[in-house]
Amino acid sequence: MTARVSPVAWLLTASLLVVAALAGLLIGPARIDIAPALRGLADALPFFTVGSGLSGQESAILLSIRAPRVVLGALVGGTLALCGGAYQGVFRNVMADPYLLGAAAGAGVGATAAIVGTEGRAWVTPAAFVGAVLAVYLTYLVGRRGRDRSPAALLLAGIAVTAFLTAIQTFILQRNYGSLEEVYSFILGQLGTGGWGEVRLLAPYAAVAAVIIIAHRRVLDVLTVGDEEAATLGVEPDRIRRRLVVAASLGTAAAVSVSGLIGFVGLIVPHVVRLVAGSSYRVVIPLSMMGGAVFMIGADLIGRSVLSPAELPIGVVTAFFGAPFFLFVLRQSRRGL
Amino acid sequence: MSVDIRGVGVTIDGAMLLDQIDLQVETGEWVSLIGPNGAGKSTLLRVVVGALADHQGTVVLDGHPVNGMHPRSRARLVAMVPQRPVIPLEMTVFDYVLLGRTPYLGPLASESRHDLTVVEESIARFDLAGFGQRRLGTLSGGELQRAVLGRALAQQAPVLLLDEPTAALDLGHHQVVLELVEEMRRRDGVTVLSAVHDLTAASQFCDRLVLMSQGAIVAQGPPSQVINEAVINQFFNARVHVMTGPDGNPVVVPRRVRDMEIERLRD
Repeated sequence: MTARVSPVAWLLTASLLVVAALAGLLIGPARIDIAPALRGLADALPFFTVGSGLSGQESAILLSIRAPRVVLGALVGGTLALCGGAYQGVFRNVMADPYLLGAAAGAGVGATAAIVGTEGRAWVTPAAFVGAVLAVYLTYLVGRRGRDRSPAALLLAGIAVTAFLTAIQTFILQRNYGSLEEVYSFILGQLGTGGWGEVRLLAPYAAVAAVIIIAHRRVLDVLTVGDEEAATLGVEPDRIRRRLVVAASLGTAAAVSVSGLIGFVGLIVPHVVRLVAGSSYRVVIPLSMMGGAVFMIGADLIGRSVLSPAELPIGVVTAFFGAPFFLFVLRQSRRGL
Repeated sequence: MSVDIRGVGVTIDGAMLLDQIDLQVETGEWVSLIGPNGAGKSTLLRVVVGALADHQGTVVLDGHPVNGMHPRSRARLVAMVPQRPVIPLEMTVFDYVLLGRTPYLGPLASESRHDLTVVEESIARFDLAGFGQRRLGTLSGGELQRAVLGRALAQQAPVLLLDEPTAALDLGHHQVVLELVEEMRRRDGVTVLSAVHDLTAASQFCDRLVLMSQGAIVAQGPPSQVINEAVINQFFNARVHVMTGPDGNPVVVPRRVRDMEIERLRD
């Protein structure tokens, strides 16, 4: 039979997601038990009043601090892993990650400019988003100049744009030492400063990217036979690629602007899925989204627990725990990449 | 479905790869393009299948020009087995053959029961039953070529293009593959246009041979009219004996240069 996400895999990832989300809600310096927490969540829904028994402070911790953080983590992780999988498909390159076309560097410049140039943090997220989108657009403009329209030209343009923007960012930082720490914390990634506002900002982009990319999962399999053969099968590789790059870049830009540069998720989660569940994009795409969400909630939980009450930057956690985990899966697996 | 190639020319980087090719292939006919490397055989096939958009002239299928046809509609009419297919090693045989159904699925649709049945039939036709869940990377050259043909069969296109379909195969698998193509032609009425290097096999299986050289057609007709020692010497720069096989078709036997010198000394 054809490659599909098996019901077992759905059930497994869905339960992992529930467990991770519950752990993210319950674990922390303030102790909240599972039963009142669930009642508190139900209370927060419209048309429901069950009476949670939570104090006002507990309720605030649950609903205004932990819940948005869990949801934001799930959205960021799911979006980055989904977009990473899509990039790997459209560029037929297993090393592709969502920051490949300059989104991270653009967000870095935008955030740095906002931190240096404005008071407070209100402008950081919008500036990072605009920076990320402009960077990918710049890569696209540069990459399609000349006669070489191949995906490789776009990748090389992404590398050049990233280097250029990183230079600009370093220059701005050199002139503004005072902002070093704040910029550094953006670069390492954070979910702690996020609230429902960030969730609302990211959600529409995450949803659009998810719908478009998931809808194209079968076509991504067709692209694995190369552009020319895909064309003989009636697919238009350039159009598909353009559509998916736009969707994945918007998703990545939105994710990076609310959470900073969280590395590793977009590259590694799709590979773990490949190693465990097979390489068809019909499987890789949906399971990467679920797996990325679980991974990010877990990484955030670790990041705020191990040095509690201090926090480890989540980018450090994803790499510190993600890299050995990936190597473990790689060794256990008999499949190649 | 008949294929009518009208005035097709291709120039890439100033090099003329095809020069005003005119060629008609009738419904159910099997025509082979022969000729030395670089004669333009593959280029012509790529134009017909639509993989090479930048060309002069037109290709007309049953009276309908393919220029401007939607890529999906065109892929329902013409299937191609490329010379060196890109093989996704991790993909299963079933999923690979299923790719042949792509022209029948919108970009966002997923396959129907009918598509799956067609795939199962294609797999069975090419003796790949039991291979469905095998990954392509684990197949032998002969099995792999059958999988590629299975994908083309699942495409259910009335025109089949084959670019050196047997180049990498041993003698037995070579015969099997050509017989399978012949069966597709007989059973499904498929029109076949192929590029073949093995002149003896081409003579056995094809109704008509088209000799190409330097981007142009230099001779065409039944195998016995096209294949002779002088033509092969001139266009392939090869020294051969051409004999008549038991079925009346030409058989091409290479000669070694040393043998010719011995003959000359005897004379």
